[in-house]
Amino acid sequence: MSAILPPSDRLWWKQPLDRVEGTWILIAFIWCMIMFAMMVGWHIYGKQNLSTETYKTTRELFTAKTQAVVDKYTVRTETDKNIPVVRPPAGSDVYLISRLWDWWPILELEKDKTYRLHLTSMDYNHGFSLQPVNINIQVVPGYEHVVKVTPNQSGIFSIICNEYCGIGHANMVGRIYVK
Amino acid sequence: MTTYRTCPRSGLQFDTQAEKLMLANAVVAVVYLLVGGILAVGVVLTRWPAVHWLAADNFYMVLTAHGIDMLIFWIIFFEIAVLYFCSSTLLRCRIATPRIAWLGFALMLIGSVTTNVAIFRGDSSVMMTSYVPMMAHPAFYLGLILFAVGALVGCFVFFGTLVVAKNEKTYQGSVPLVTFGAITAAIIAVFTIASGAIILIPTFLMSVGVIKEVDPLVYRTIWWAFGHSSQQINVAAHISIWYAIAAICFGAKPMSERVSRGAFLLYILFLQLASAHHLLADPGLSTEWKVVNTSYFMYFAVLASMIHGLTIPGAIEVAQREKGFTKGLFEWLRKAPWGNPVFSGMFISLIGFGFLGGISGVMMGTEQLNMIIHNTIYVPGHFHATVVIGTTLSFMSLTYFLIPVLFRREMISPGLAKLQPYLFGLSMYFFVVVMMGAGTLGVSRRHWDMAMGGSPFAYEFPGAAYLMMGLVGITGVVAIVGGALYIYITVGSLLWGRKLDAGALSPKTVPIPVVPSTVALQGHGSAGFAAPGTFALASVFLVAFVLYYFINWKYLSQVWGLS
Ligand code: HEM
Ligand SMILES: [Cu+2]
Ligand SMILES: [Cu+2]
Repeated sequence: MSAILPPSDRLWWKQPLDRVEGTWILIAFIWCMIMFAMMVGWHIYGKQNLSTETYKTTRELFTAKTQAVVDKYTVRTETDKNIPVVRPPAGSDVYLISRLWDWWPILELEKDKTYRLHLTSMDYNHGFSLQPVNINIQVVPGYEHVVKVTPNQSGIFSIICNEYCGIGHANMVGRIYVK
Repeated sequence: MTTYRTCPRSGLQFDTQAEKLMLANAVVAVVYLLVGGILAVGVVLTRWPAVHWLAADNFYMVLTAHGIDMLIFWIIFFEIAVLYFCSSTLLRCRIATPRIAWLGFALMLIGSVTTNVAIFRGDSSVMMTSYVPMMAHPAFYLGLILFAVGALVGCFVFFGTLVVAKNEKTYQGSVPLVTFGAITAAIIAVFTIASGAIILIPTFLMSVGVIKEVDPLVYRTIWWAFGHSSQQINVAAHISIWYAIAAICFGAKPMSERVSRGAFLLYILFLQLASAHHLLADPGLSTEWKVVNTSYFMYFAVLASMIHGLTIPGAIEVAQREKGFTKGLFEWLRKAPWGNPVFSGMFISLIGFGFLGGISGVMMGTEQLNMIIHNTIYVPGHFHATVVIGTTLSFMSLTYFLIPVLFRREMISPGLAKLQPYLFGLSMYFFVVVMMGAGTLGVSRRHWDMAMGGSPFAYEFPGAAYLMMGLVGITGVVAIVGGALYIYITVGSLLWGRKLDAGALSPKTVPIPVVPSTVALQGHGSAGFAAPGTFALASVFLVAFVLYYFINWKYLSQVWGLS
């Protein structure tokens, strides 16, 4: 009997287990259950859970909503492209457009305050990769994803696009300030 | 007219038609490995920041081709050869419908060439995932569809061959464990290819303008039902090969058939559902769906892999102890044939797959932890541990066995062959570790320039990230040299190796002899503690797993609050 020959004991399923195997299966099973409990437990006690609040949206709709917030809360502009820096009140809805190949507008948030960040893409898939924090969220066209974020440190943060989106992908970087 | 050849070196019996099919599939596979390996030079020398070789458009084109030629074409051509081996050769029967098998082969060949042509035209740099609405040339999808149909034909020839063996009674009782593993792979393959068809056919129609839109999120969900399950095919296939090599090199028998077969069954029941772990950072999918898919379903599959990870070295340990290597916990392992590339490659593959690929995969497949990993270069780090150290290196080890047995050639440069698994495997260990390190620091995958040269908001990655990516470059180049050695040895043996005696031909198959079952009953499953050394190794694995898992929760707990 070997693994490349038919089992010579035709009633192979009646053979007893070796204790090495039995013990290991038990340990591995318990470990899997612990990992399951961690995932569920973190939803109850943990502070980092990705929201699943999502709406279907269109380019026009989302652009209009973003523009309204930009018109209301822009505090200054940056770079020669005059990208608005938006400073929305804590707790409010903040919109961030991703498109070939930038993130628009720039956001200025307050530390330890919570915001409802709306994400979508105007064209292809993009990736919201916040650095140096290293939070990564997929941005899918046609879907408006509302993520509640609470910055816990102040500083200058970059949003790198980490889903391949064409030739300008590597230059697609946005910015968030946290005061 | 079927004829059978009995190999004088291994005692295996080959249907000569099946043999030609295996040879053709394996040779094309190796050609794709060669192409993919050449492309890897472009990928790795561009991601090495100090070299930054290719221009952006070429880099994305080359990366698309590298992913597809390696992950799809190299691996699946080889797997078809393995399926024919596990059915016709191990069951000593004729292969069902050899002409249709050749048709499948032709479809795969035409399909794979078509997709490559589309990519190298330069207008299909969409990465292997080809997320809509980004569109490739229609030929890109058409090639993949033809290839998939061909692979499906191969699976059905495999199933047909099982029926032939059963009807013609070439074996008694149940199929061998290795064949059982291959059945697992083929069943998952049918599911996989069906998912692939469901999503790639509409996408093809969209690319030629017949359909207006394929929903991007639906695409991602179904694409990964295909993309992930195809990795389960690989796992089932290379684990079967590990069992086969343990049997070939040591005469090892499974510790218990029940446990090993049960573990394969868990793959069929649960693994294909784990596609959710690619979508953990996506909008629109409910938390419950994510948790159920990645815990209950995925963890049963993880459990199965942890079982195989124990029972394979366990079977080797038992076989070695029976040969008298009983000193201490590890004499069985020290006295293993480390100079035989069939064994060394398999063992390096097993350890690397478990420690590097397995632990990292479960960690990043955890719903919340995925947020600190998704789409960073950690991800290719993880899957090079699974598909390169796991699948590719196992296929390489099996090739060293097949060169004299199937190709009937003496291996050229046995010294180099001895070295090859160490060079390739160990450099890959380092390669995946530094990739994971860079990913933990936030470096993106599929990214041409980590300095983001053209942007006013460029983020300056810490020096450690640049150092890691430099090491990715160096270790990647060493791994490519290791891969090149394999191709040199394999192709060289085929072309210039001394021809070996083919063995006797006969028009009739000799059925597998039946061993009296009293002998078997004295075998394992004796409710003893037969493999203490393996148990110790497994315990080390578990400790590493637990520590690494909780370190990442600690890391997650420090990032911005999200709810
Ligand atoms: C032999 C040495 C190899 C080296 C040095 C290498 C290097 C790399 C690197 C650096 C990347 C990541 C690039 C990026 O995301 O920016 C990559 C991607 C990839 N590699 Fe490899 N690789 C090798 C072999 C293989 C093999 C044997 C396979 C499959 C069996 C494979 C499959 C893939 C796949 C599927 C991707 C992902 C492509 C994508 O993101 O669409 N590689 N490789
Ligand atoms: Cu982008
Ligand atoms: Cu991008």
